[in-house]
Amino acid sequence: MADKEKFADNGVNVKALLDARVALGSAPEAAKFEWRTTCEWRNGTHSHSIVEGYFGLGEEQKHKRIFSFDADHPEVFAAQDNGATPVEYVLVGLASCLTAGVAAVAQNRKIQLNSVTATLEGGMDIQGILGMDSDIRNGFDGIKVSYKIDADASEKDIEALVAQSQKRSAVYDILTNPTNITVAVNK
Amino acid sequence: MIGSGQAGLAFSRCLTARAIDHVVIERGEVANSWRTERWDSLRLLTPNWQSRLPGFGYEGNDPNGYRDMAEIVTFLARYAEVISAPIKPHTNVRSVRQEEGGYLVATSEGDWHCKTLVIASGACNRARVPKVAEAVPETIDALSSMNYRNPQQLGEGGVLIVGASATGTQLADEIHRTGRPVTISVGEHIRAPRFYRSRDLEWWMDAAGVLDERYDEMEDINRARKLPSLQLAGTPDRSNLDLNTLTDKGVKLVGRLAGISDGIAQFSGSLANQCALSDLKIGRLLDTIDEWASENDLNGELEAPYRMEPTRYPNEPRVRLNLRSGEIKTILWCTGYSPDYSWLDVPVLDHKGGLRHDGGIVTEAPGMYLMGTQFLRRRKSALIDGVGDDARDLSAHLSAYLDG
Repeated sequence: MADKEKFADNGVNVKALLDARVALGSAPEAAKFEWRTTCEWRNGTHSHSIVEGYFGLGEEQKHKRIFSFDADHPEVFAAQDNGATPVEYVLVGLASCLTAGVAAVAQNRKIQLNSVTATLEGGMDIQGILGMDSDIRNGFDGIKVSYKIDADASEKDIEALVAQSQKRSAVYDILTNPTNITVAVNK
Repeated sequence: MIGSGQAGLAFSRCLTARAIDHVVIERGEVANSWRTERWDSLRLLTPNWQSRLPGFGYEGNDPNGYRDMAEIVTFLARYAEVISAPIKPHTNVRSVRQEEGGYLVATSEGDWHCKTLVIASGACNRARVPKVAEAVPETIDALSSMNYRNPQQLGEGGVLIVGASATGTQLADEIHRTGRPVTISVGEHIRAPRFYRSRDLEWWMDAAGVLDERYDEMEDINRARKLPSLQLAGTPDRSNLDLNTLTDKGVKLVGRLAGISDGIAQFSGSLANQCALSDLKIGRLLDTIDEWASENDLNGELEAPYRMEPTRYPNEPRVRLNLRSGEIKTILWCTGYSPDYSWLDVPVLDHKGGLRHDGGIVTEAPGMYLMGTQFLRRRKSALIDGVGDDARDLSAHLSAYLDG
């Protein structure tokens, strides 16, 4: 357990998060968020996605600026390699979600982080997406995450940080549990 | 008072000691849930000595053993007799309403008007079966730990046990021993050694003050109240029962049941982390115990501290299981219990059906009290050994309330 007298600054406003928990406890409707992206096909397997608006705390919200992402396939797939592959974005999402969680949990437990590096590997047998073998799934056959963390804490406390981060991570949940997806085509 | 289990009886004893006139309404007989709603082989998870009730305690010659259901019923029936609890058996509560000066309790045997009301109707009235149960194919027999009695009830074939706390692990072991292939779906759980450093884990938690931790000292009491039960069993040989022992016996582990789609059960890929969290939690509890042992100079007379071997899990646990393939014949829900307040017509329930209270005092309904639920006032509140202190606190509050 972290010492109550200890001071840590990981740049996470834990107080605001804890206050939000209290506020949302009495107004659970405000806790309903909707995240969005818009994706436009460019050419070949290249597409361009943007993220700007989202809904939360009962009203429309906007990021400070528009964030954009190019996705493509690499040259070994005979493509132009104009951006990361979509499955690499999935890894980016998982890595950044878990890492944000590590920082937030560390802040809450008054553990100073000095450096945090996550390396992710998603294994995939492309016979799946090529439709060569129906026993092979399209997606990852597993994801390996390995963390290197330098922090003012014991090995056990650092393990606990990483475990708690997984427990509270949205992307970890999305990837480990099934999610219903509905796709509509609008005229 | 509603309910004559350990909580209702302890409270009755405290009211009698204060000469407060009361009646205990009981839908069946004393210790009714223990009599009628538990599986045949269940034994208490706490040792016999750990059943210290106000004015009563264990009288037998096996203080370190674990009671079976018949022994619990005998024990509580004897307590009711010793304290002359004013019980009205075979009386069903139909509704409770607020009225001028108190409450109107409508029962199958007529109405009662009372100034104060103590709800001691139990924490485990209903099996808390998840919504995903609706998608189980019809070819599968589904039952919950509430209506499971023994393996003879089950058809031949594989059994999927959902939930790996005390109930799930015990039933996985019992059913696996009948030769049925057992798969256990593992979500959040807490492993625990039955014996640690020559003492029962319950002895340690009692001695080190863990069981006395108070609800108003917890950083997050809602979370503490929802913690899963420790993976303990009250077997005569005092053996451990955790995922490693189940794996060694041949029970297969899968992640939390996340969904069923087109007859295919989907398990979460979080098994590794659930095991890591469990290992870390028990590690912290054993740290607390070791610290306390050192502070109290007990190290000389005890086995040296050790840690449990980390939980082993398959490298690639299955994430899909076709429930129509015939591999699984039965699904057994061991996903916990919840209280039933459907008869309570007083607006004190939250949006999830829980009763809002402050350490058993239902502040929004003056004169109403709750007893015997998880971490009501102390970590031990739901144990037979824990209801005494709560009953003493709350009967003092009730008495002061009556005195106005």
